[in-house]
Amino acid sequence: MILARFARNIRLGVKTLLLHKMRSALTMLGMVFGVGAVIAMLAVGEGASKQALDQIRRLGSQNILVTSQQPVAQSGSGSMQVRMNIYGLLYDDLDRIVQSFENVVTTVPAKLIRGQGRVGSRTLELRLVGTTPDWFQLVARNKIAGRNLVNRDLTEKANVVVLTEHGARRLLVGKEIVGSTVRINQGYYTVVGVIQSESMQSGSMQTPDQNIDAYIPLSVARERFGDMTVRRTSGSRTRELVELHQIIVQVDSTEHVESTAAGIERMLSNAHPNADYRMSVPLALLRQARATQRTFNIVLGSIAGISLLIGGIGIMNIMLASVTERTREIGIRRAIGARRKQIIGQFLIETVVLSVAGGLIGIGIGLLIPWLITMFADMPTIVTAWSVLLSVVISVAVGIIFGMYPAMRAANLDPIVALRHE
Amino acid sequence: MNPPESSAIVSASNQVIVLREVWKTYRMGDQDVHALAGVDLEIERGSFWAISGPSGSGKSTMLNLLGCLDRPTSGEYTFEQSDIATTTDDQLSDLRLKHIGFVFQNFHLIPQLTVQENIELPLFYQGANPEETALRARALADRVGLADRLSHRPTELSGGQQQRVAIARALANDPSVILADEPTGNLDTATGNSIMSLLTELHGQGKTILMVTHEPDIAAYAQLQLLMRDGRIESITQSKPSPIGAPTP
Repeated sequence: MILARFARNIRLGVKTLLLHKMRSALTMLGMVFGVGAVIAMLAVGEGASKQALDQIRRLGSQNILVTSQQPVAQSGSGSMQVRMNIYGLLYDDLDRIVQSFENVVTTVPAKLIRGQGRVGSRTLELRLVGTTPDWFQLVARNKIAGRNLVNRDLTEKANVVVLTEHGARRLLVGKEIVGSTVRINQGYYTVVGVIQSESMQSGSMQTPDQNIDAYIPLSVARERFGDMTVRRTSGSRTRELVELHQIIVQVDSTEHVESTAAGIERMLSNAHPNADYRMSVPLALLRQARATQRTFNIVLGSIAGISLLIGGIGIMNIMLASVTERTREIGIRRAIGARRKQIIGQFLIETVVLSVAGGLIGIGIGLLIPWLITMFADMPTIVTAWSVLLSVVISVAVGIIFGMYPAMRAANLDPIVALRHE
Repeated sequence: MNPPESSAIVSASNQVIVLREVWKTYRMGDQDVHALAGVDLEIERGSFWAISGPSGSGKSTMLNLLGCLDRPTSGEYTFEQSDIATTTDDQLSDLRLKHIGFVFQNFHLIPQLTVQENIELPLFYQGANPEETALRARALADRVGLADRLSHRPTELSGGQQQRVAIARALANDPSVILADEPTGNLDTATGNSIMSLLTELHGQGKTILMVTHEPDIAAYAQLQLLMRDGRIESITQSKPSPIGAPTP
C-alpha cells in the first residue's frame, strides 16, 4: 500500500520531468559527469594499486634487491676504443651480508650475462643467470616441466640449464624439452627444467626475472665466463669487470625488512664509496606506492566532489525555477488539502529522480571509461562494487540535499498567494 | 441582519460554519486595513449561498476564510466543530481535505495530469486505495458527463468541460461544503448555466454551496444572497425557493 503510493509518486515525478525533456536532461548532466568521474577515477586508482600490489608480490615483500650499476661519474680508463669498467658487487659483499645480519634468511647471488641460445637454426638472445638453487625460492614461479637447479649442479659444475617458458617455446618448439641440449655462446647445456617467468617493468620496480632468462649454476657461470664481460656498443668495445650483478636478500619477516635494508645500505656504502650499486626494497616501494595512491585519490576525489557539488547546484537551480513556474499548481494542491510535507515530498522525489537518473547514466559512463582506458591505454582498471554503490548513495544524497531548499520553498508558499499567481 | 444568538451550544449537525465577530486585518505600510470588520454568520448544512459585493468589499477574504485557507485575526470561527483560530497548518490542510471542495474561476486543473488524475487528487492525498480511487474518479467523471475524457489533458478540453472536471474533483472527497469562486466567470452564458444547474443539482443532493459571484443572474441560483461592503455583511436576502433550481436567465 505504502509502496504502491510511493511508486505512484515516483511515476508522477518522472512524468512531470518528462514534460521538459531537454531541461531535465541538461539538469542531469552535472550528475552524469560527477558520478562518471567518481567511478572511473576509483577504477583507475584501484587498478593502479592492484598492479602495484601485484608487483610487490612478484618481487617478494620480504626481499631486498641489491643490483650492480655502473656509476655515472666513472668514465672508462684506456683508449676511446677499449674501455675498462670495474664496478659492482663483490663476492665479499655476499659473504659480509650473510655473516652480518641475523635477520637474513637467504641470500641469492646472481651473475647476469648476455648470451645467444642456439638449437639447430633457431637462435634467441638470452640473459644467462648464474645463480644458486635458492633463486627459485625467492623468485617463486610456477614450474612447468622438469626440475629447478639443485645444489649438486653447483658442486659438480653441471652443464645444465633451466629455461623459461618463453625461451623453451622459441628454441625447442615441437621437441621434447627436458633432456634436450641447447648451445649458449660457446657451451652446451642440458635442459633440466622449464619455469614460468613474470617480466614486467614499471617505474623503479622491475622483477628480478625476465622471460629471456636461462638459469645455470653460478659455479658454471664463473668458470665459463669469468668476471669479465665485453660489451660492444656502436663500434666501441667496453670491457666490464663485475663479480656479481645482483644479490637478493630474504629477511625473516616484513617487520625487519627496512631495518635490514638500512643496515646493508650502511655497510655497502662504506665498501663502495662511488655508489656502484642500487638497492630496491619492494616493501618501501609498496609504502611509497600507497602514499602516491592516496594523494592521487585525494586530488581526484576533490575533483569528483566538486563536479558533484556543481551538479547538485545545477539541480537546485532548476528546481527553484520549477517551483516558481509551478506556484499555481502548488496553490491548487494546497487548497485541495495537501500538507506541506506532501508538497516537500513531491518536489524531493522529483529532484531525487533527476539526480538518481543522472547517477545511473553516470554509472554507465563510469563503467565505459575504465573499459576504454584498458582497451586503448593498456592500463589496468578495476570497477569495484562499492564504488557503484557509493555512487547510488551519493546520487540520492545530492538529490535530497539540493532538493530540500526548493521543496521547502514550495511548501512554505501561502496557498492564497500561490492560487492567485499567474 | 445577524442570525439570532442561540444561548445553547450551536447544534452541531445543523451549522457547518459559525463566524462570531470575525476580523481580518492586514497591515499595508503603516496602516491597518480591515478586510473583514466584525462578521457574524451561521451557515446551515445544505444551504446555497451567493456572496457578492463590490471589489474591496472583503468577499475574497471571506471566501479564503470559509475555505479554511486562512485564519481570522480575531473572533470566533468554527468549521465543522473545529476552532479555526487555534488550528495548525496541517490541521487546516486536513479540514480542506476532508470537508471542502473548491471550484475556481480559472478551473485550476493541474496541466500535466490527465482528467482522471486531476479528479483523483484529493483521494490521493487522503491516501485512499488506488483501485477504489480509480473507480470513484470514473464514477465522478460519469456524473459530470465526461466519462469518455478520462485520459485527456485539461488543455484538450473546452472551458465548460474543464469546469466540470474541477467540480468532479471538488466532489471526490465527498465534502460537506463546496466553495465556488466565480465558477462561471470564464464561461459563456449557456455553458455557465449548465455549470450552475450542475451546482444546483448538487445542492439538491444536500451539499452546502458557497459561491462568490458578481453576476446577479448567477447569484439568483442560490437560496441566500449575501452582500458585502467594506468588510461587513450589508444584507442577507432569501430568494423564493424554486423547485428545480434554475430560474431562466
